[in-house]
Amino acid sequence: MSVQSVFPALERLLPLVQKPVQYIGGELNAVVKPWDDVTVRWVLMYPDAYEVGIPNQGVQILYEVLNERMDTLCERSYAVWPDLEKLMRENNVPQFTLESHRPVGAFDVFGLSFATELGYTNMLTAIDLAGIPIHSVDRGDNDPIVVAGGHAAFNPEAVADFIDCAVMGDGEQAVLAMTDIIADFRRNGSPGGREELLLRLAKAGVVYVPKFYDVEYHEDGRIRRVAPNQPGVPWRVAKHTVMNLDEWPYPKAPLVPLAESVHERMSVEIFRGCTRGCRFCQAGMITRPVRERSKTTIAEMVNNGLEKTGYEEIGLLSLSSADHSEIAEIAKGLADQYEDTQTSLSLPSTRVDAFNIDLANELSRNGRRSGLTFAPEGGSERIRKVINKMVTEEDLVRTVTTAYAAGWRQVKLYFMCGLPTEEDEDVLQIARLAHEVIKAGREVTGRKDIRCTVSIGGFVPKPHTPFQWAAQLDHATTDSRLKKLRDAIREDRAYAKSIGVRYHDGKPGIVEGLLSRGDRRVGRVIEQVWRDGARFDGWSEHFSYDNWMKAAEVALADMPVDVDWYTIRERELSEVLPWDHLDSGLDKEWLWEDWQDALAEVEVEDCRWTPCFDCGVCDHMGTEIQVGPTNTVMLPMPVIPSKVTVSSES
Amino acid sequence: MNRDPGRENIPAVQKLRIQHAKRGPLRFSSHRDFQRAFERALRRARVPMAYSSGFSPHPKISYANAAPTGVASEAEYVEIGVVAPCDPVKLLAVLNDVLPPGLDIVDVVEAVTPDFVARLEASHWQIELPDLSFADLSAAVEKFLSQEEVLVERLTKSGVRTFDARLAVIRAEVFEGPECAILAVVVRHGVPSVRPDDVLAALTKVADLAAMIPPRITRLAQGPLLEDGWSVGDPFALDRATQV
Repeated sequence: MSVQSVFPALERLLPLVQKPVQYIGGELNAVVKPWDDVTVRWVLMYPDAYEVGIPNQGVQILYEVLNERMDTLCERSYAVWPDLEKLMRENNVPQFTLESHRPVGAFDVFGLSFATELGYTNMLTAIDLAGIPIHSVDRGDNDPIVVAGGHAAFNPEAVADFIDCAVMGDGEQAVLAMTDIIADFRRNGSPGGREELLLRLAKAGVVYVPKFYDVEYHEDGRIRRVAPNQPGVPWRVAKHTVMNLDEWPYPKAPLVPLAESVHERMSVEIFRGCTRGCRFCQAGMITRPVRERSKTTIAEMVNNGLEKTGYEEIGLLSLSSADHSEIAEIAKGLADQYEDTQTSLSLPSTRVDAFNIDLANELSRNGRRSGLTFAPEGGSERIRKVINKMVTEEDLVRTVTTAYAAGWRQVKLYFMCGLPTEEDEDVLQIARLAHEVIKAGREVTGRKDIRCTVSIGGFVPKPHTPFQWAAQLDHATTDSRLKKLRDAIREDRAYAKSIGVRYHDGKPGIVEGLLSRGDRRVGRVIEQVWRDGARFDGWSEHFSYDNWMKAAEVALADMPVDVDWYTIRERELSEVLPWDHLDSGLDKEWLWEDWQDALAEVEVEDCRWTPCFDCGVCDHMGTEIQVGPTNTVMLPMPVIPSKVTVSSES
Repeated sequence: MNRDPGRENIPAVQKLRIQHAKRGPLRFSSHRDFQRAFERALRRARVPMAYSSGFSPHPKISYANAAPTGVASEAEYVEIGVVAPCDPVKLLAVLNDVLPPGLDIVDVVEAVTPDFVARLEASHWQIELPDLSFADLSAAVEKFLSQEEVLVERLTKSGVRTFDARLAVIRAEVFEGPECAILAVVVRHGVPSVRPDDVLAALTKVADLAAMIPPRITRLAQGPLLEDGWSVGDPFALDRATQV
């Protein structure tokens, strides 16, 4: 039976809301397939505003991978703003997809991608607006399977009550494996219903199904053990890793929205994974090993993407783009190729070295040299050893000076506050660094209009990192430390005008910390705060710390745990962590040793150019580092003539 | 310090005037949304655009009198400059291949006359009001037309502005539509420009009309006022007549 579009009902509401264009769909390269022609129907959602969600690469990649299958269709959905949510509830309009404006509840699988835990309340809104019961136990055979992905899915315990399953790691092959199982199950008449389907998915090791695992607690609130409650379900669920990115050159036809988005450019991922070993960085830990895309595939993706989208800016993405083994050739090749066009290239890289500036210079051949960003992350030499960010003060000052000398006027420096073992003095060193940077910059340029912006984020300990055991810094101490830093910079009369400071208060970090290292009991807090009206928690104008704390007090009232227990408490080696049964490949003992090394201020090299230091991933997952050089040549792409000029006869 | 003047680009050798429509759900796109989509479409169609010189070169495109967000249109106008002569017929076809359905190119002419924007003297709007009767709307319009002046308010960037919505309306007719009453108005362009929602605000004010369901508004035409003083003509007519 075909499912009707809700657009006629929605259309009457659109004149009454802000930025209605975000709800109409019609993106370039969107795929609309006939409903009745397929066996499996997916809807993918990025649970934030359209302008944030539409550029998300994960969703765009899986969207194409799924739509390439004959037996499958995939549509997309994004979070609706509270103005439309209210009207939808009043007029009984359900959560919809953008391709055909069909109700989300009519699909077989509802996949949500979580780059951050702050999207959890938006997930509840979407599930509820879709008419799906918010608790997985209340769902029936006709409700979609709700599956979480993205980095936050490496510990989905806080949302275990609301999702049916989670996928860890690279999604390309995982969504196809899920689709195979679902298609097969449906062709056989769906024997055993929802429960059996989830069991099949879990037994195949494709997904983690929380309800097939029981969690037992000690009286003091710590976890005693997590164990499967069904035969055939694995004790630990492993992440997925795509090997050979050249075989997965997605997205091939990136989605181009009508509405303005936060990234008005086309992105090409040049490698996946990072082994720099920064101890705070969850992305670097859970995406190992490094797998490079070859420069020939990168060139093809850039050329083809520009052709299909009409974008005039390309971003070369990865966790540390300057680390691609052939990045110099890639940058030069692309800069040559697009030299006489209006196309510009960007390489988000924050490496603190001269090579990075050479790259930036190459990519800005034609343009203005406005701003460069570096990420020393830690203010003092000591704290940089703790976090394994191997940059000396001398490196930093020399690098930034080179940038000013090359004509860059503005330098942005990223730091974190609240790192393990940190004292006020470590953060106050940021002021001195900024001072040294401006001083050296003025000397080398002879100008006073060079600037430096110091941008500081609060550190949140994350699962599957050496800092997973660390105590998070309480928000009051974070705020006072940042205030001391700001004062120190202000008091530096001769330099204060050249130094900008940007930071946020420590409160949102505490909620993020609660969610990222939370266990199943935290689900009650999320539900409570959502019922109290929490939405769009990643947006400072919508986020309310007080509401979260009130909700936590109510929801955790009869428990031996509270927000402090989850956030500012240090864990011991013996404690069972909520995500221990979720396998990122990292050896827990190695993580613990790395944590001890951090405390001892001992650094670890990058395994791309030193021998393996046994983090466990490659051995355990059967994967390997894939880096160049490839010894191939990047050929210039052919130039296709215009079809509209008078001279070109058709 | 080197004061790099930026890039020197080739000047335009030809200008083309383009009429496009904004239809269906695409009426919810804003003017800026259209600009981005149009510029990307020009690149995808490999139209040899002229660019301004300097540090951040922009394609040579001028937009005129965009219809408000949420309002459909059959008659929006854009002028582009190109560095190689283009065939207007081919340009129309190629752009329609790459623009999203709903943002449709209707007509293209080579620009051979000056002062195009000044030729856009008035707009012909069609306003569908789903929960109003023909009789109620007719009575309201009659009342409105009998007034010398109807002051309305609009929130602008510089605060609330009060202006007359009556004088600019040179023609207003009411029709019976399918499950709605239709108001057709011809409004002279001016400063501040009187928009269809201003006309509706004026009707509400004089006749206490209370429309619950948002109206569907379409700009049917914009162009020079013809000799009868109340019909809107084709702004491309002069370019076509002047063509060698």
